[in-house]
Amino acid sequence: MPSLTTALLRSYTAVVAARFRLLLQYRAAALAGVATQIFWGCIKLMVLGAFYAAAVTTPPMTFTAIVAYVWLGQVLIGLLPWNHDPELQELFTSGGVAYELLRPLDLYWFWFARTLAFRTAPTLLRMVPGIIFATLILPLIGLPEWALPAPASMTHGLMFALSFTVTVMLSCAITILITISMFWLIEARGLSTFMYGVVPVFSGMIVPLPLFPDWMQPFLQYQPFRGLCDVPFRIYSGDIPLSMAGQEIAFQFVWVVILILFGYGLIARARVRLVVQGG
Amino acid sequence: MIAAIRLFGRLMMIAIRSQMQYRNAFLLMVLGTFLTSMVQAIGIWALFDRFGNLGVWSVAHVAFLYGTINIVFATVDITARGFDTFGSSLIRTGQFDRVLVRPASPVILVAAREVALHKLGQLLQGILVLIYAFVTLDIDWTIGRIALYVFAVSSMYAFFYAIQIVRATMSFWTIETLEILNTISHGGMETAQYPMSIYKESFTNFFTYVVPLACVAYFPMVGVLNMPDPLGSTLLTQSLAPLAGYVFFAVCLSFWIFGMKRYQSTGS
Repeated sequence: MPSLTTALLRSYTAVVAARFRLLLQYRAAALAGVATQIFWGCIKLMVLGAFYAAAVTTPPMTFTAIVAYVWLGQVLIGLLPWNHDPELQELFTSGGVAYELLRPLDLYWFWFARTLAFRTAPTLLRMVPGIIFATLILPLIGLPEWALPAPASMTHGLMFALSFTVTVMLSCAITILITISMFWLIEARGLSTFMYGVVPVFSGMIVPLPLFPDWMQPFLQYQPFRGLCDVPFRIYSGDIPLSMAGQEIAFQFVWVVILILFGYGLIARARVRLVVQGG
Repeated sequence: MIAAIRLFGRLMMIAIRSQMQYRNAFLLMVLGTFLTSMVQAIGIWALFDRFGNLGVWSVAHVAFLYGTINIVFATVDITARGFDTFGSSLIRTGQFDRVLVRPASPVILVAAREVALHKLGQLLQGILVLIYAFVTLDIDWTIGRIALYVFAVSSMYAFFYAIQIVRATMSFWTIETLEILNTISHGGMETAQYPMSIYKESFTNFFTYVVPLACVAYFPMVGVLNMPDPLGSTLLTQSLAPLAGYVFFAVCLSFWIFGMKRYQSTGS
């Protein structure tokens, strides 16, 4: 059994590494993406800053927490599960999925590894210049109030790292559900389109979730997309106190488990009734 | 000139018909652009709900800016698709050589080559928001205000179209389409959804004097809505500002002509 596990692990790491090398080829596109994200971050901060300046009641978050929320969001935007791996899409339309089923690997975890690479490789590539800009360059050009602050404390930083790891898993678990839907839909464009509307709003990417109306909060608090941005970003800034952080990370983790089990079950069902496309 | 317009219309009709061959995909994409711009509107609504007004600007005032700019932007995207995909589908493939030997203006041939009809979703969303603004705001529509609004909308169209032309022109040198100009086109659209006065001075100056976004959107709209302007424009400057959109268009078009003269085929 141990030899099987190592064999599986090795094949997963091979997929991840191959994907990294492929994506790292597109450096110019990545640089343009970084510039766009920075620009967007600045607009967001100016808009939110104007609202904060005009506020008549005390907002539910400090502006420092908002700054951290905006920059972390801009830097990590590539992690949001609103699209799916086009290579896997190709498998369904061409019938190549039959070969995938033949591999001596567990299909769910194999795709999970591919999805992990698809989500993290471009993000890692883009986050470095983004973070440099947000932490170092902004204070230099006389805008220290816009700079990404350090985590509220060392412990907050560690909790953020933990929460963020769960975020990556959550994002992959959602992305892979889009992929699995193609067993039935063949083409995930419709679902992707829908996700494109849902994910940015409910994760907090468009507007930090605590700023939404109070009557929406009970609903916003329990839906899974909150684990993508809102939870880790607010742990980072200390907007979620340390006493609550463990509970919030558990909340993220519960959704990861639910979504993985769901995806696993779907794949098992799909294998039985799969009709392979192509000729 | 009339022949050119007729040619333009005819090519457009062909492009529309070819898009309609994939009806389901088309409808999904319309829904997609509707949702994407809806998401932005939800964000604006949430902020106003949380904070009340933005100084003298209410949610309906911002909806007026938002609706107008989204309608114009969607219309530009629909009609400038040929320039949008110019780098990837005409320059890199060498197909532009074939366009050049045809007995018609390359600008028209490129412009009418494709139509991005899926942007109808964004257009529809903008119209809905604008209707909300019209119903909520009690604008005193004098002849002068109507004229200024029409003038501003047309110059906004010229402005955003010009950016697409610059984007395409740059691919004469870079071969690829440069995403970086999205910050000015999409970013400009986002920026102009809010009153310009809320931004940093250097940012506002850039979008007034270098890229005249504020001249085509903010200043004339302040005039139409009869709002006070902390940036200090008067009704006279607000009424003249949209001229900058046409000047910008002329400059960008000459850049295109300059680029076209320098064009060396990719040789494939």
